[in-house]
Amino acid sequence: MKKTYKIDVDCANCANKMEEAAKNTSGIKDASVNFMTLKMKVEFDEGADADTVMKEVLKNCKKVEKDCEIYL
Amino acid sequence: MNRKQKIMLVRIIISTVLLIIFHFLPAKGLIRFFLYLIPYLIIGYDILLKAGHGIANRQVFDENFLMAIATVGAFAIALINGSGDYTEAAAVMLFYQIGELFQSAAVGKSRKNISELMDIRPDYANIEQDGEIIKTDPDEVEPGTIIIVNPGEKIPIDGIVVDGNSTLNTSALTGESVPRTAEPGDEVISGCINLSGVLKIKTTKEFEESTVSKILELVEDSTSRKSRSEAFISRFAKIYTPAVCGAALALALLPPLFNLLIIKTDPAFAEWIYRALTFLVISCPCALVISIPLSFFAGIGGASREGILIKGSNYLEMLSHTRITAFDKTGTMTKGVFEVSAVHHATIDEDRLMYLAAHAECASSHPIAKSIIKAASCSIDRSKVSDIEEIGGNGITAVVDGHKIAIGNRRLMEKIGVEYKDCHKTGTIVHIAIDGEYSGHIIISDMIKPTAKDAVADLHKAGVSKTVMLTGDAESIGKETAEMLGIDEARCELLPADKVSAIEELLSEKKGNDILVFVGDGINDAPVLGRADIGIAMGALGSDAAIEAADIVLMDDDPQKIAKAIRISRKCMRIVYENIWFAIGIKFICLILGALGIANMWLAIFADVGVMIIAVLNAIRALLVKKL
Repeated sequence: MKKTYKIDVDCANCANKMEEAAKNTSGIKDASVNFMTLKMKVEFDEGADADTVMKEVLKNCKKVEKDCEIYL
Repeated sequence: MNRKQKIMLVRIIISTVLLIIFHFLPAKGLIRFFLYLIPYLIIGYDILLKAGHGIANRQVFDENFLMAIATVGAFAIALINGSGDYTEAAAVMLFYQIGELFQSAAVGKSRKNISELMDIRPDYANIEQDGEIIKTDPDEVEPGTIIIVNPGEKIPIDGIVVDGNSTLNTSALTGESVPRTAEPGDEVISGCINLSGVLKIKTTKEFEESTVSKILELVEDSTSRKSRSEAFISRFAKIYTPAVCGAALALALLPPLFNLLIIKTDPAFAEWIYRALTFLVISCPCALVISIPLSFFAGIGGASREGILIKGSNYLEMLSHTRITAFDKTGTMTKGVFEVSAVHHATIDEDRLMYLAAHAECASSHPIAKSIIKAASCSIDRSKVSDIEEIGGNGITAVVDGHKIAIGNRRLMEKIGVEYKDCHKTGTIVHIAIDGEYSGHIIISDMIKPTAKDAVADLHKAGVSKTVMLTGDAESIGKETAEMLGIDEARCELLPADKVSAIEELLSEKKGNDILVFVGDGINDAPVLGRADIGIAMGALGSDAAIEAADIVLMDDDPQKIAKAIRISRKCMRIVYENIWFAIGIKFICLILGALGIANMWLAIFADVGVMIIAVLNAIRALLVKKL
């Protein structure tokens, strides 16, 4: 399952960090952050619940970059 | 500017003013220290907080941490050695924030510019309900609904015109400025702007499935497929920052220890620590990390404005290495529509001959009959035709204006015993006999696109060393077309499966980084589009299959766009490389000058922010592709 979320982040490097953090969250198969369009594309593992996984992703992203937001 | 940026601007102004005032105050010692702490904290408190947050989450090597260490260190040195020069530390933080502000403003601005370029999303659809026209969300319109599009409005959903005549501006989709006409029965595509008359359109798709939605989705997703350059930069950024930090630590410790232990002189700790802090200021890879994706984004945005949709930064990057271009013939280099190209050996007036031929064919629905009727510039009067007899596989006999007409291939001529003249031209030959006398033949062939020849020449000029045409046509037609267009090689009589193996053969011929591009119309060559390094589908307006199958989609069917796409990619990649070399080069020079003690922190921060600003401005240039 793939989903796209709108995000907000200030710098390109921070966007890369968010991407890393999202990729390393369990339940996420692959993630890609597009700084230019401010979008995060996420591919979930089979059977993962998107909402709970995304909350975890947001938490992990906040850890690496305090000033970021994912509009769930 | 958004709220965040405005707050930052205010902080920058306040701290700048404070720094200038304090510069003229005679304050000394600790008072001076605390005075300077005020503007420093105003401008840098968030950086310090973020640095702390980073350490708490074990994300040490980020730019916040580096800036925090560098400026706090500079403050400490000034306090300890009693110079009282706190301006530097505060100014470094100030310039860093100015750079960040500029970056966020520039990126925001280009983000807006590019999305304005792509502003083809219709906001509403007009539907009629109980005799009243109401505006609704296009998302809620079911297929089969009648929508009304007034002049000046965008067509929101794909459909078929049921009422009204108008002209449409397709330039937002194709880059083509000549308007198209729309009449009842015509299929129209969402995203076009209705220019002259009111149109009633019966929708055939949902909004989500309409052309405009598909295009927007494609362009917005495009930068998610990252290019090799982008991957290189992310890897570089990951190594660069820790490496420079390590070098800074070595610079702070090794030379003083060397002084102290080996040559037994003054260790000059303060001096070397200062140089190390200068390193930290240069260690942020911002310029690279921001300008490379920005260049690709701008390049893809500019190309889409020209009707060239590129599905990923990787394809834009690969396209610049194009060496071999293979084309499909029908629909790519030719119009794929059969037209009368010549009339030979006419024994009577050509117009008269066409008139008779068209009337004899008037009841037939065969494509050849249609093209003859289209080419004859006369109106068809069915009452003048009688005794029409279709002779399957051969042609037609009929009586027109009292003359007995036989029109068809040579078998028909042989059958009725008329001696015919053969033709050396390629195409379909239609012979005509009037009252048993041979009266000439009409040649019907697929017309080459008017820009096809220039397109091939452009490709060669753009550095493509080999052009190949792949076609299912007979050898004679294929070779002749290739020769006429200046294409190097023609491979003929290929079945669709043969085209894939021809591509594989070409792929094995190329060397190194060379890229093989295949251009087709996307209708029946999806496997070939997939097999080539880059598949380009053209004339894709309205064809979902082509949009799905190809890596690059040309919205209209002008083959000159192929070379244009290559030129756009070249320009974009030139900018990318300029930025990479420029940014890395300047940083490297600053690192060396910093280590030697020639560059101070002022120069370091100017280099950092300056490089970033220049790289961002350079990246935005990739958007300007109109005149390429």
